Amino acid sequence: MAEYQNIFTQVQVQTVPEAGVPLPAGSWPRTGQPVLQYWLGKIGNAQIGPIYLGFTGVAALLCGVIAFLIIGFNFWAQVNWDPLQFVRQLFWLGLEPPAPEYGLSIPPLAQGGWWLMAGFFLTLSLLLWWVRMYRRARALGMGTHVAWAFAAAIWLYLVLGFIRPLLMGSWSEAVPFGIFPHLDWTAAFSIKYGNLFYNPFHMLSIAFLYGATLLFAMHGATILAVGRYGGERELEQITDRGTASERAALFWRWTMGFNATMESIHRWAWWFAVLCPLTGGIGILLTGTVVDNWYLWGVQHGIAPAYPDVYPAMPDPAATQGVAP
Amino acid sequence: MRKLMPLTVLAAAAVLTACERPPMEVDQIGYRGVGMEQVTNPRLAEAKREANQVPEPLPPVSPGGPRAGDLYENVEVLGDLTIVEFNRLMTALTEWVSPDEGCNYCHVPGNFASEDIYTKVVSRRMLEMTKTINDQWHSHVGDTGVTCYTCHQGKPVPEYVWFEERGGPPQAGGMAASRRGQNLASPAVGSTSLPSDPFSAFLLGDEEIRIIPTTALPQGTNPRNIMDAEWTYGLMMHFSTSLGVNCTHCHNSRSFFSWDGSPPERTTAWHGIRMARELNQDYLVPLQPVYPDSQLGPHGDAPKLNCQTCHQGVNQPLYGVSMLQDYPELNAVSRNGPARGTAAAEADMAPAVSAVPEEGEAESADEPENSDGI
Repeated sequence: MAEYQNIFTQVQVQTVPEAGVPLPAGSWPRTGQPVLQYWLGKIGNAQIGPIYLGFTGVAALLCGVIAFLIIGFNFWAQVNWDPLQFVRQLFWLGLEPPAPEYGLSIPPLAQGGWWLMAGFFLTLSLLLWWVRMYRRARALGMGTHVAWAFAAAIWLYLVLGFIRPLLMGSWSEAVPFGIFPHLDWTAAFSIKYGNLFYNPFHMLSIAFLYGATLLFAMHGATILAVGRYGGERELEQITDRGTASERAALFWRWTMGFNATMESIHRWAWWFAVLCPLTGGIGILLTGTVVDNWYLWGVQHGIAPAYPDVYPAMPDPAATQGVAP
Repeated sequence: MRKLMPLTVLAAAAVLTACERPPMEVDQIGYRGVGMEQVTNPRLAEAKREANQVPEPLPPVSPGGPRAGDLYENVEVLGDLTIVEFNRLMTALTEWVSPDEGCNYCHVPGNFASEDIYTKVVSRRMLEMTKTINDQWHSHVGDTGVTCYTCHQGKPVPEYVWFEERGGPPQAGGMAASRRGQNLASPAVGSTSLPSDPFSAFLLGDEEIRIIPTTALPQGTNPRNIMDAEWTYGLMMHFSTSLGVNCTHCHNSRSFFSWDGSPPERTTAWHGIRMARELNQDYLVPLQPVYPDSQLGPHGDAPKLNCQTCHQGVNQPLYGVSMLQDYPELNAVSRNGPARGTAAAEADMAPAVSAVPEEGEAESADEPENSDGI
């Protein structure tokens, strides 16, 4: 009998590749000759392709490539077209949004115009890819849960790069493109607005982030643990609860008094994952628009407690001397 | 797949070379549970301690004797020292600044009064600067004070000086996006991609450093934006790197802007910023015409100081050992000597520096009323 209690999948199908269900009328053809790959079979399905791109897929890839090239060529230009420096500085290079003086206007290309253009094409690419996900799910007669989960991530992206800058009246408030630049921006954002940890929606977002990983680990572990009783056949277990499901449920009732069901655990996980960017996006949206300093807001609302003084009181020297800071 | 494995290991090793291996030492420096901690790498700390040792002081000299100003020609700022004090200080100076080059690094052999070598003019001004720091900036240097060695540590030019970047290394022009002075790995700001020349803005100019709003809700009165925050952040990374400390050395972990619950070191640092700014404006920038081109920066500006110039990775330079106590001669420097090259430099540098205050004015304006901050 097949064993499922391993990190790697022990069982894989090696046969004539499966072409997929017939496509609806008016669809573009699937592309690529399917192949079987033994090592990918260790972590998933051994069959690669065929892939269905369709109009939205092709358009999304095209827009994505345009954004990628705009960002990449600007990075390269910033090291004066030196290929060695391009590789060395790759993680540091960035494409910055327009300076504050441009507000929401369209600046010259060198002063943030490229950023605006890259953002436009990247956004278009993401939205087209979303449409594609929605339509592929529909074409297979599935629900659209994946598309809506993706939409939650797109919401956070749009808040950071588009909606919040609109409300603040300046593109300069948006995130730069670049590996370290966007991380430095994130830290600067928290510092600028008085410590994001006091933002309740940031707290919720973190709770859902860690909660989602915890649920994922619990669920994955549970299913692997009852694999010897056919627990991985979750859909059958939902409608015809077998011994795998009974044991898994009993395990959690014994250990924590409550158990999710074979069906509800997936709703739990989906909502936790989706609420992470949803609440995070709300938290970002409120920052600078509705609340300027989250620490002071936290003090006012009793969530930032006072601690005993351990240092001598040192008043702001700029205030005590009447000198401009 | 087999070929990928060694590549992956290599890539991982390359990425990890930038990391320091654990364990780190963590010292609690504030109230429990609020992350007020100082993290140090004990392996690096040892090397740093060795690199920042104080040399043996020269034997002290007995008081009395003729004034150097009466006996030697062209002694402008050390005239009040006795001959033996003067010679002791000259010996110390040579050991601190030009141990390999000797007296002739500043002096024309056989004619010690001559000013044909620019370094003599510079070192006179540096003696005055040292005196200014010890006299006027007690709020930052305390009783420890500074000597030439604090910065020079046996090198004619201190290891850590800075020049204006004005955008940094060349980049493609035309319509290519500007780097805007950031987004290159820069040791000046702790190898982050933050703006890499916060010194021109904050330690020479007096751009606003405070970017955090002081009200919970927006009042429409805070003109600072997220890009300003990155400049301030760059300056703070410089502090952190220069002093070998974490943010919480000076800042309340929960609220960086709030002075309540900030360690007293923050006040010391506040004065340090003003000190560095004034010294750059009054002493280092005006020396620009004196230097030969080889000593100037890529944009023709004079070498300038920042926190690292003195601190060199240590929170108290030379681990707080006061060399000044052993060299009372440095306190006898008179600051009345003419400021050479100042007038020319001011005219030269006027566009770069918004306000070059007169020496006396700036000092008195920034002089703290009490020095409890030390």
